[in-house]
This record gives sequence, structure tokens and C-alpha cells, in this order.
Amino acid sequence: MATPVLTQTVDLAARFPGKVSADARPGYAGIIVNKENLVEVATAVRDEFGFDLLTAVTGVDYIAENKMEVVYHAYKTTGGAGLVFRVQVERVDPIEVPSLINIWPGVDFQEREAWDLYGIKFTGHPDLRRILMWEGFEGHPLRKDWKEPFFEEEVKPFKSRWPDGQHTFAENKNPFRDNLNFPKDFDPEKYVVDKEEDLYMSLERDTTKDVEGNMKTDHIVVNMGPHHPSTHGVLRVAVQLDGETIIGLKPVMGYLHRNHDKIGERNTYLQNIPYTDRLDYFNSMSNNFGYVTTVEKLMKIPVAERAEYIRVIMAELSRIQNHLIFIGMLMNDLGTMYTPSLYAFEERELVLDIFEAVSGARMMCNYFRFGGVVRDIPDFAMQKIKDLVFERLPAKTDEMERFLNENEILVARLKGIHVLNAEDAIKYSVTGPVLRATGVPYDLRRADPYSIYDRFDFDVAVRQNGDMMDNYLIRFDEIRQSLRILEQAIKQIPQGPINSQKAAYQVRVPAGEAYGRIESPKGELAFYIVSNGKPNAYRYHVRPASFVNLTAVESMCKGSKIADFVALLAMLDIVMGELDR
Amino acid sequence: MENEKLSLPNYTIPEDLQNVVAITTLDRLYNWGRRSSVWPLMFGLACCAIEMIAAQTARYDMARFGMEVMRPTPRQADMMLVSGTVTKKMLPSIIRLYNQMPEPKYVVAMGACASSGGPFKEGYNVVAGIDKFLPVDVYIPGCPPTPQALIAGMIKLQEKIDKQSIKHVTWYNKEKKDGNYVPMPILGPDLIDVRRNAEIRDVAAAKESA
Repeated sequence: MATPVLTQTVDLAARFPGKVSADARPGYAGIIVNKENLVEVATAVRDEFGFDLLTAVTGVDYIAENKMEVVYHAYKTTGGAGLVFRVQVERVDPIEVPSLINIWPGVDFQEREAWDLYGIKFTGHPDLRRILMWEGFEGHPLRKDWKEPFFEEEVKPFKSRWPDGQHTFAENKNPFRDNLNFPKDFDPEKYVVDKEEDLYMSLERDTTKDVEGNMKTDHIVVNMGPHHPSTHGVLRVAVQLDGETIIGLKPVMGYLHRNHDKIGERNTYLQNIPYTDRLDYFNSMSNNFGYVTTVEKLMKIPVAERAEYIRVIMAELSRIQNHLIFIGMLMNDLGTMYTPSLYAFEERELVLDIFEAVSGARMMCNYFRFGGVVRDIPDFAMQKIKDLVFERLPAKTDEMERFLNENEILVARLKGIHVLNAEDAIKYSVTGPVLRATGVPYDLRRADPYSIYDRFDFDVAVRQNGDMMDNYLIRFDEIRQSLRILEQAIKQIPQGPINSQKAAYQVRVPAGEAYGRIESPKGELAFYIVSNGKPNAYRYHVRPASFVNLTAVESMCKGSKIADFVALLAMLDIVMGELDR
Repeated sequence: MENEKLSLPNYTIPEDLQNVVAITTLDRLYNWGRRSSVWPLMFGLACCAIEMIAAQTARYDMARFGMEVMRPTPRQADMMLVSGTVTKKMLPSIIRLYNQMPEPKYVVAMGACASSGGPFKEGYNVVAGIDKFLPVDVYIPGCPPTPQALIAGMIKLQEKIDKQSIKHVTWYNKEKKDGNYVPMPILGPDLIDVRRNAEIRDVAAAKESA
């Protein structure tokens, strides 16, 4: 991979005359690449211009222009601004776009998602199956002309909800009297059930074949999940085993696919904030942060000074409790059932108390608003935060480290078990603590500062080995850094208004697009929003950290023992609400 | 015996036997044993599962009600706590788990999503409430319900168990042995509830266009 040159200006139009053109639409940035030249331009973007981290790939359905668009967001792991490039194709099936999987393998799941939800065929993708819905599902749900069975109106608020002041059930409007929609003349008795042959074929194809002359052994396919005590939610993993060694692995997801994007495109901007709470349900504050940052980017409004500090305080508290849970749950996965996680949950409850005091809810805080936050921190809650940050949490973090870090069993299970090296991590677009544990100091709070993180003095936690021990210890490092940020934020927080805007049910968002990203506890959480000036987002896409990080799971686990798999999966710190949306 | 709820108060026991003998009904003894050890299935779906875990931890401590033994296998579980959004893709697995649970078994719908679809009801992959498929005993409102609300729901379930009688419960009734079996739904172009095959065929045939 080429060394990125920071001073280099990105002038793709000069480099590829006739093959790319600037995006002229108002509010849009970046360049449009011709479909035929996509692979060539993308290779140059990575190798010549140094954009080694492709964070997001998503489709947009411009039905009025009869265009289907694929948007790519590329960044440099050394930090700095990103590059947006896009491909537009005619909206006539089959919609085909060349796959970039050979340039950035991290696009694997995201391209599959675009295929699943938009029906964009990525030619050259070796394993283009549906990812969130099941094989055999009718239609591509995020297309603008695809209507869900409980469809009422294009956008909220639905006027049909209270016809003549009477409530009607959504079931009564659907001919099947349920959330169902079948094609015409469908006969359930003649339906042939999908036996998931594609999944098992793809497992088989990636499997290394036996060397000739060796004893012939059978491989076993084990399906873990979706109900499995160790898979951190309803994730299913099909594992192919040779004895105890993993030789192939395919995650199957979508068991918690709650149609976040589709509902988000019907919601008004404000209505959508509580839905973002339910993405990564450990960190509703961080999710709010990412979403409002993105919409504020579009609206071009400032954030009240005091609110900026409150946001940082809440986001960092959220990070601390997330990492505590991570540590507790990792111990569960390693076999020390419950005791460490009980310690972790004890501290988490104290953080949740603060969330409850400021927002009214323990988990689903719904606390951020465009331009600020919804309520000020009450004095008693501020006192609680101070007690936690200056007294209790540092002591408890030390205590946990003292209890756990040198435990012989823990060290034996974690030390030297390889997770990822830096090159693979970047290749698979892995972000967050997992990337930093491989020695890449890529933290958005430093690399591309948002909010007021540039005012604080803290170090980006980095570890060098990339083994499980480093992945585990880096969480403690991050807790300490978060505490440092919190100490400064508490000391510096000014008095003043908590919102720069007037409270309103509707916000005016000018037409255009925005890609806003924050460093969530699990990695880069980004939102891609396209506005057409109406009260609802035209395209609302979440780029979840868990989902993209999971792309690396196959290469992480190949060759390791099945007993380590559970802990390896825990390292990625996935949460299904965010993964499946 | 000290447990006043368990022993029948309006029966006079001879004085010399009072510290030796307790008199109760079989139902009360049977239900007392069952209500005090409802083992939940270790089964989390979404956000509510986190509050379910929180309810098991030190501050709320569900173990006080004999409900701390989370069983990862359905064969040892008494109660299924449907903790989160039920999606169409997940539903066959849930039904399979439910069918594998031995009688007596209870279903608790935790949170808005499991009760009715909640905020995600309009989603194309969301089942509007687990009660379209499973017989739910207790609904717990909230999004997510706090651990206190969950515990309140569990106490409601205990009250329900208290009212059951060994004479009438279905699981000793040979004729109704498979009374709670739910046929597995199929994932087709949409979720196929096999109990409604004829209806689906008729409505699909009557549709105006493809």
C-alpha cells in the first residue's frame, strides 16, 4: 500500500480527464466516476492518493432521475479530509456496478447490503448473497418504489393515522391482515423452501482443500446461533471445522434487521433521534451524537457552547460503561461466568443513573437535539458525575485491572492469540479499538476532530501487538483517556444556554448530502444523509461500526481453534442492534 | 411451618402437633415449588435483553424470586422471556425453541416490540407482536422496560402460577398433550404462517396485479 502523502492535493479530474466529472448538484461534494473506469480510478485513489480506508459504500435510489447511485467514502488512516466518489447507473434491471472487493476487501458486506436492499449487482463480487433479508425474499426494500406491507404514506407525520379522529389498526388496511405481502397468485403449499445451499457452497469454496496423500478427513459444518449464549445477540455463524480448527466461517445476520433505514426515510429529522438510540443500545448517547452532528452539518448551524461540553461528557461516560461491559462480557466468554461482569454492571448502573437524571431514561436517552441538548444537567447529577469521574471510576478501573490483568488463566487465553495485523485491519475497513490495538493510531477524535475534541489534552490509545491481550488492555487505556477528557470537560464547562436553536417540531434542512462520523466506542459510526429540502430525509444510511468490523471476522478466525472463536468474536465488540439495524 | 401463604390457616391443628405438621393443599405446594424456581431461557433478542441482564445483576437481583438460573437450552427452561423485536427472519428459530421447551412453559413478552411491534411495527421485517404466534402470559410495557418493571412482570407471572390447579392444567391432560405445539412458519417471499395457507392463497389470487 502506498504511503499517503499529506500535502498531496486530490485532483482526480486532472488525473483522469474524461473519466470523472465533478458533482455539480448543489449541496453535493465529490466526483462522479464513469462506471467503466471505476476500478481504475479506485485503484488510483488508494495507491496514488493514499486513501487506504474505505469506510462506507451505500446505494441511493434517485427514482425521479431514473438513476441508481453508489456512493463511496474513502479516508486516510493518517487523518484528514475524505474523498467522496460515486457511480451513477441507469435504473433498469439488472443494475450492474463493478465490485471494489479486490481493492478494499472491507466493502464485502456493504456491497452485499446494497445488493440486498437496492438490487445493485456488484460484478466480480465472489459471494453476492442477500445479507440482511433471507434468500427468496420478494423485492429490494429500500428502493423508493418498494412499499412495505404496512405502508401508509410516503412520509410522516401520517395523516391517515387518525381519520375522523378514529384510530385504525395497520392490520385492517392490509389484505392479509398482517405485516405480509405476497406476490400475485402465490401458493404457499407449492413453495420450495431455500435450503441455504448458497451459504454452504460459499463455505466450501473458501475452504482450503486437503493436500493429496494426506489422510482424507471430513469437515464438519457447525451452525452457531442465532440462539447461542455466546454470540452476543442473534448472530448466526456457520463454521466449517477440520477437527478443532476453523477452516471456513460465514456470519449470517439480519435476525435483528428492524428496517432502520426505511423507517428513517419516512421519519422527520427530529422523529428519528429516538430510533438512533436503538442502534447500538449500549451507547444511545453516542448514536445521538453521530446523528445530530450529521444533520447539523447539513443545516449549517452552530452548537451551543455548554451543550458541546455536555455532549462530550455524555459520550465519554457512555464509552466508559461500554468498555466496562466489554470487559465483563469477555470474561463471561472466557469462562469466568458472571463474577467480573457483575462488577462491570455495578459501575454501569452508576453511569446509567446519570443518564436517567439528565434525560429521563436509563438506556434510550433521546437526549441530543439539533443545536444542543434537550435538558441541562441538574446540579445533583453534576455532583454525581464529579464523584464518579474524580473518585469512583479511576479507583474501580484500577481495581478491575488488579483483579484481572495478571490472572494466569486470562493471560494464557489471551496472550499471543492473533486477532489482526495492521495491514489486514485497514484492508477490511476495521475501525475503533480493534484497529488501534494493531498499532494504527486512528481515532476520529484526533484524526478528523468533531465537536470540541480538539480542545482536550488526551492520547490516542494504541497498542502494538494486535493479539487478544492488546485488544483487551486497550479498553482499559481508553477508559483512562476518557476519564482524562471528562476531568477537563467538567472543569471547563461554561454556563449558558444549552441549545442554539429554538425548540421546534420541524427543522429546515437544506438540500444536499452530508456524511458525519464520530468515534463511537465500537469504532467509526457514521451517518449518510441526503436531503431534498423536505422535512424528511431522502436517503438515510447508517454506517455501523459493528457491521463493517465484522467483515474481518472470517480472516481473523481462520486457522484458530473453535474454543477461541467466541473470544475472538467478543474482541470485535459487536452489538446486533447496530449490526443489523 | 412459618410460611403462612403455603399452609392452610383455617384448619386447627392439635396443639402437640403444631410444630411438627403443616397442612396445605396439593395445589399450593405444587405451585409454591413452581413459582419459586421459574428458570428463564437464556435468550436475548434486542435492547430489552440488556435490561434483562441488568435485572439479573447485583442492584436488582432477580435471584430473589428464584429466576436467576438462565438456561441456555430450551429443554431445561420454564419460561421464555421474549426480550426484544421479533423479526421475520428470527421467528422460525423462536418457534423452534418454544416447541422444544417442556411443559409447563410460560411466555413473557418484554417491551413494546415483543408485545406489539413497538416503534418498529411498520418495518417490513418485523413481526407485530409475538402473540401472533405464541400464547403470551404476561406483557411488560416499556421501551425498554426498566428492571423494576421486568420484576413486576415476573411477580405477575408468579401470581398467575399461583392460580393454576393441578386438576385442570393441560400438561397432565393426555388428550391435550400437544396443545401448545406451534407449527413452524416458513420464510418465503414473505413470512408464511402455515396455519393460514388457504387464506394466503386466496388473498394472493385476488390481488389486482403482480
